[in-house]
Amino acid sequence: MSPSYGRGLLHLAAAIDQPAVFDAGSHVELARLAERGGLDFVTLDDTFARPGPDALCVLSRVAPATNRVGLVPTVTTTHTEPFHVQAAVATLDWVSRGRAGWRIDVSGTEGEARLFGRRHAAAPDELWREAGEVADVAARLWDSWEDDAEIRDAPTGRFLDRDKLHHVDFAGDSFSVKGPSIVPRPPQGHPVRVVDATEGHARPVAARYADVALVQAVSPAQAAAVRDELRRRAREFGRGPGTPRVLASLLIDLGDGEHAAEPGHGGGGPRQTAQGPLYRGGPVDLAELIAAWYKDGAVDGFHLTPAEPRRDLERLVNGTVALLQHRGLFRTFYPGSTLREHLGLARPANRYAVAGGAS
Amino acid sequence: MTVRRRRMHLAAHFPGVNSTTVWADPRSRSQIEFSSFEHLARTAERGLFDFFFLAEGLRLREHKGRIHDLDVVGRPESLTVLNALAGVTEHLGLAATVNATFNEPYELARRLATLDHLSGGRAAWNVVTSSDAFTGENFRRGGFLDRADRYTRAAEFIEVARELWDSGDSDGVFRPFAHRGQHFDIAGEFGVPRSPQGHPVVIQAGDSDEGREFAAATADVVFTRHGTLEAGRSFYADVKRRLARYGRTADDLKIMPGVTVVLGDTAAEAQERAAGIRRQQVSPQNAILALEQVWGADLSSYDPDGPLPDFDPVPDSGISQGRTRRGDTVAIAEKWRALSREKGLSIRQTVIEASARQSFIGTPEAVAAELEEFVTRDAADGFILVPHLTLGGLDEFVDRVVPLLQERGAFRTEYRGATLRSHLGLSDPAGRG
Repeated sequence: MSPSYGRGLLHLAAAIDQPAVFDAGSHVELARLAERGGLDFVTLDDTFARPGPDALCVLSRVAPATNRVGLVPTVTTTHTEPFHVQAAVATLDWVSRGRAGWRIDVSGTEGEARLFGRRHAAAPDELWREAGEVADVAARLWDSWEDDAEIRDAPTGRFLDRDKLHHVDFAGDSFSVKGPSIVPRPPQGHPVRVVDATEGHARPVAARYADVALVQAVSPAQAAAVRDELRRRAREFGRGPGTPRVLASLLIDLGDGEHAAEPGHGGGGPRQTAQGPLYRGGPVDLAELIAAWYKDGAVDGFHLTPAEPRRDLERLVNGTVALLQHRGLFRTFYPGSTLREHLGLARPANRYAVAGGAS
Repeated sequence: MTVRRRRMHLAAHFPGVNSTTVWADPRSRSQIEFSSFEHLARTAERGLFDFFFLAEGLRLREHKGRIHDLDVVGRPESLTVLNALAGVTEHLGLAATVNATFNEPYELARRLATLDHLSGGRAAWNVVTSSDAFTGENFRRGGFLDRADRYTRAAEFIEVARELWDSGDSDGVFRPFAHRGQHFDIAGEFGVPRSPQGHPVVIQAGDSDEGREFAAATADVVFTRHGTLEAGRSFYADVKRRLARYGRTADDLKIMPGVTVVLGDTAAEAQERAAGIRRQQVSPQNAILALEQVWGADLSSYDPDGPLPDFDPVPDSGISQGRTRRGDTVAIAEKWRALSREKGLSIRQTVIEASARQSFIGTPEAVAAELEEFVTRDAADGFILVPHLTLGGLDEFVDRVVPLLQERGAFRTEYRGATLRSHLGLSDPAGRG
């Protein structure tokens, strides 16, 4: 029943980044707004290069204040410990009861490297190769506990069936991890891995490990080309059809809500800017654009970054999303409770349980 | 002359991965589900506790080369859980144990400052160290610090974290920082503005001489294990005496032993319940395991209800990995055998008797009086309660003992301030910004 090619369900996500905002309330408010619109997930970016709070901490704070919307923080892999990263993402999945994602990114600047003093900046290809290893070991560690490892068997005094815990014995180029994780397998099995595949360096990781790939594109044809490339590569890695889900990333400026989209925007498609493709116009025309690209079969959905967070997210939800719902193109409620369910992604089998052996 | 009563501080330790946590009790609930954390944190806040405390483990313990399976295993990552708890509590302090060996100052200082912002000034960090190559196998860094370097790294880590916390003002204007020391050589700009507490509260648990010195120099709270009044008084006096050397006063460092409480309607009932809990904590399998840790040998063929081994332990066997060493095992074995002979105890009875750490057993009135005595007689500034049941383990104390402490004027009747520092009566750190 999960649609593979052509048009599956439309997926919508929104960034809730606000420049240098550190209080809980405004993040909660934006996430709730997105949830009111039935969006698949919200993202919160993170980098050591600019001021801002730890994104995973923020979305963990948001988790008990929301019920359904997926929570996808960026967590970088260059200067962090893979073991801590996977544990934090798994924990976000536990506190949100299966709504966690992880947007994988790297730290490319020498400025970031100096904050840690452990290594120098490296080339993007090398950093993304390492990011792939981190994505790989994270999934192994999530699998390092089988789902039914906890038995609480009073007669034998055993809390655990230790045959269902596994050392991962991962040895990568720049790090190794023994395992198992300290965190039991999270509710989704694997929290949803998201990669921005706009740059070529990130595409091998997106094709191999991402459940959702984000692609900046100014036209349906451009988005479709990247999606075809990602899915072709994904098949080479033995992944199933329809994987990864590909969302077009657009900046949206809905400030001129009363007016038609500017020429060269809206109907004609977004305009390329230094920050990425920008749609500027009204929420109705944005709905037209989303419907058109989606009906073209170019993308599985959209990841939208509001220019003015509160204003544009509100217009997106009350205008664009309402219209798409009215036309039957977007869900009016959440039929599922986990982010994987929103995205139509199956809960992955445990690699160690399939192998059936002890560690 | 009237003596002003000192009010005690109370904290709650989450009963997760801990050999004292009873999982086989029918009332025991998940140590992973957020609802368990939420219930305990809300109960602690209902009791007007100062803070809620999460421990940490970075490698699952192993025994005889296999993962230890007799106690609760598995826990979520602390700072992630505490940020979520910040959303379901309003006043309660939120303390995470985080290892200074397997983290880097910039990232951890940033995560702690984020928690302090998101919780409105309730973050605390229990600093622990490790030199354990076994744990290091999960990390890029590996495990290579020798014991002496653990404290120098931890001390420098805290120093750097405080430099970073001091480098931004509350409007988000940052002074660039540069730190060059034995363990860290870093520079740049800290991306989090000064948080509500300025510096999250620093907790330290260490009993060695260097640990005490470290606490006197840098910590706001000491988490100790001294259960008896006399041991507590001696530790308290020793640590408080060291403060002057660092230009600090006795009020700048709170000493809080980890304690357990068992209540009953009568003293006899409380004793009976305490004995029942000890039997739950030391299952027959756990008794054999404890014995193997001391003897350093496979004793799986021994009957837990039978006599102790008559041979001497194997020293430095390394039979268990990832848990605190038991010290001089030959001496412990001799003590256990003497205990067994003297009282005619089986293996399991001996382990129960020898490892008992229950501190306060009695009626709510007696426990309240005893807790207060510890504080008035300078054995503690407060207590970190370690319940044995996940989810309900704090209910009875909050319902029955807290009101009595309040009646005695020994504990707060409302939260006065918003931050953990204000609950603990700690002054705000002087900003250098």
